Amino acid sequence: MHVTRDFSHYVRTAGEGVQHIDLAVEGVHCAGCMAKIERGLSAIPDVTLARVNLTDRRVALEWKAGTLDPGRFIDRLEELGYKAYPFETESAEVAEVAESRFLLRCLGVAAFATMNVMMLSIPVWSGNVSDMLPEQRDFFHWLSALIALPAAAYAGQPFFRSAWRALSAKTTNMDVPISIGVILALGMSVVETIHHAEHAYFDAAIMLLTFLLVGRFLDQNMRRRTRAVAGNLAALKAETAAKFVGPDEISQVPVAAIHPGDIVLLRPGERCAVDGTVIEGRSEIDQSLITGETLYVTAEQGTPVYAGSMNISGTLRVRVSAASEATLLAEITRLLDNALAARSRYMRLADRASRLYAPVVHATAFITILGWVVAGASWHDAIVTGVAVLIITCPCALGLAIPTVQTIASGAMFKSGVLLNSGDAIERLAEADHVIFDKTGTLTLPDLEVMNAADIPADIFDLAGRLALSSHHPVAAAVAQAAGARSPIVGAVEEPGQGVRATVDGVELRLGRPSFCGAEALVEGVMVDPEASIVAFSKGTEKFVLSVRQGLRPDAQAVIAALKARKIGIEILSGDREPAVKAAAHALGVPEWRAGVTPADKIARIEELKQRGAKVLMVGDGMNDAPSLAAAHVSMSPISAAHLSQATADLVFLGRPLAPVVAAIDASRKALHLMRQNLWLAIGYNVLAVPVAISGIVTPLIAAAAMSGSSILVMLNSLRARSKSREIA
Amino acid sequence: MEILVILVPLALMLGGAGLVAFLWSLRSGQYDDLDGAAWRAIADDEPPQEAPVKR
Repeated sequence: MHVTRDFSHYVRTAGEGVQHIDLAVEGVHCAGCMAKIERGLSAIPDVTLARVNLTDRRVALEWKAGTLDPGRFIDRLEELGYKAYPFETESAEVAEVAESRFLLRCLGVAAFATMNVMMLSIPVWSGNVSDMLPEQRDFFHWLSALIALPAAAYAGQPFFRSAWRALSAKTTNMDVPISIGVILALGMSVVETIHHAEHAYFDAAIMLLTFLLVGRFLDQNMRRRTRAVAGNLAALKAETAAKFVGPDEISQVPVAAIHPGDIVLLRPGERCAVDGTVIEGRSEIDQSLITGETLYVTAEQGTPVYAGSMNISGTLRVRVSAASEATLLAEITRLLDNALAARSRYMRLADRASRLYAPVVHATAFITILGWVVAGASWHDAIVTGVAVLIITCPCALGLAIPTVQTIASGAMFKSGVLLNSGDAIERLAEADHVIFDKTGTLTLPDLEVMNAADIPADIFDLAGRLALSSHHPVAAAVAQAAGARSPIVGAVEEPGQGVRATVDGVELRLGRPSFCGAEALVEGVMVDPEASIVAFSKGTEKFVLSVRQGLRPDAQAVIAALKARKIGIEILSGDREPAVKAAAHALGVPEWRAGVTPADKIARIEELKQRGAKVLMVGDGMNDAPSLAAAHVSMSPISAAHLSQATADLVFLGRPLAPVVAAIDASRKALHLMRQNLWLAIGYNVLAVPVAISGIVTPLIAAAAMSGSSILVMLNSLRARSKSREIA
Repeated sequence: MEILVILVPLALMLGGAGLVAFLWSLRSGQYDDLDGAAWRAIADDEPPQEAPVKR
């Protein structure tokens, strides 16, 4: 059968006669890699651009149209020692990048305006106490207005828009007091300038916007960066399928380019990337990623298969029933929708703070105005004082209190192998006091391990590993990996559904089902582990039995102990059979476990815990976990999880160890502590500043100094989130 | 004090030039890869290319 790779889906035209492709590259982390890749790719004739983006771990390539096949770049990178995957920018990421740039532009404009207005304000401040002529002061005020008004109109857009959206939805958020404060300050300053007054607040208003934009940009940039990493991971998982383009010709195409009605080939050892129905062939499939059940299911003509199933033994032809985005069981979709709708009711710390803050501030300003009028001041003076109260209480430090901590904490989590999927995940994770683990793929490793490798003579194991290289069966792959085999045995023949055999030096070697190797008698004795798959290996008359199963993550026990030490409740909910779950629970010392749980049961259990007031952290990877991941207060998935679960989870952790779960909890608790501390710092500053403002002695100089002082204090405090995360003990 | 008539516009022009330069650098993608840019500065010179690299 002829197989081709088709990357045309990812190639786009970039200008005249030039084609462009973006590749996500694994393992680029230094300047050396960057130079090596760029030189290696530029050396290919007709390549016009090869540029590595070290932040996003991507390569942008351009070449003269029609001269090169993109597959060649991937091969070239492979030669250089890097695995590369064609990459398609998700629409969500495009939006994040655009938003990020817009905020940076606003920040640039606001910072420019702040610097120039300050340049004009300082002479006025010093002139007010010495010999400045009123005409000169007016001139400087008018110039300030000329800079500040257009700059605020442009750079204030993110706040004005968001405030307007909140007000039209009849709610309020942090941006409402910000917008009111800025607009009033600017408006009052213009009126004051017209009346040749001594004080104008153009500098305070525009400086406020600058500080808040810093916070907003940091927040956005963190989200953009996470999105970029998530996009790369999606590409590295390389969801492709072998699609039939002719009766006997297949092409490896990205899932996005597959449509319902297409026929795809599913070979042994491949993970199905689409939903569909088997039309030809017979095989066993592993649906553990979908149901949590580790026993294989037989698939034959008419059997539905779902994205995420692993094909084990035979080759299948599958007719695609739904395109990539809609790959899901109806029940799971329904549960997921319900759970997601419930979750969106969570209110972020910043919004909670501003909901308390705004009414208090506005009431204070109003009472100040009334108070001064009652005390006999003119309306003009009273209003000026009221606006001064609004300016000085404008939530500048409050706006920085949370994003700065979040940015630094997410950076620290990233280093310990945890990615954030949602902006408020840190706050919610910090509150978690009960952890529910899924078993398959979460507490256990997603790939198989040989459990009794130590009982087999090394030379025999080595031979078995080399023979296993000739099979596509996942169990064989596990044997090959465990043995560290590199060179396959020449002339090995695979008998579908049975095993592989080869003859070396006149001795026949067989690896496969016990019956295939004539080792049934041996198996009787070994059959104790309910979860393990048994493979036999025979060399002539010598016979051995290998027990292959999903092992627990290496540090699972330590992690469970660490969680217990933090007084966090632990339980296991699994869709797998009872003996398997029981064995894992016992090995880890978790007294509370349930087996054979359906997605609906999992949600019911989470709801039950919620009723009791527990904040549940759900850690799971299967598609059957997706609804419960969404239902839980906060959720985590390993990177090997089903696409849907990963998209639903608030946090994703990388690698084989389970330790990132504990690291993430610790980091988020510390971050929440700092966020609260920052909020109190901001409030404490207001408590000091407001009486000064009410008494009417605030000058623009005091406002500017107080504002920058509190903002810098909050930023410095946030930096404390950066300290190294401790090893789990 | 007539000097202000020259100095103030001059100061604003300088500031404006800075802003324009910033917006230009943003538009030309110089903030897209901050990690890489830090290393590029100390990398060895590449052999000359026909076309300037542009994104």
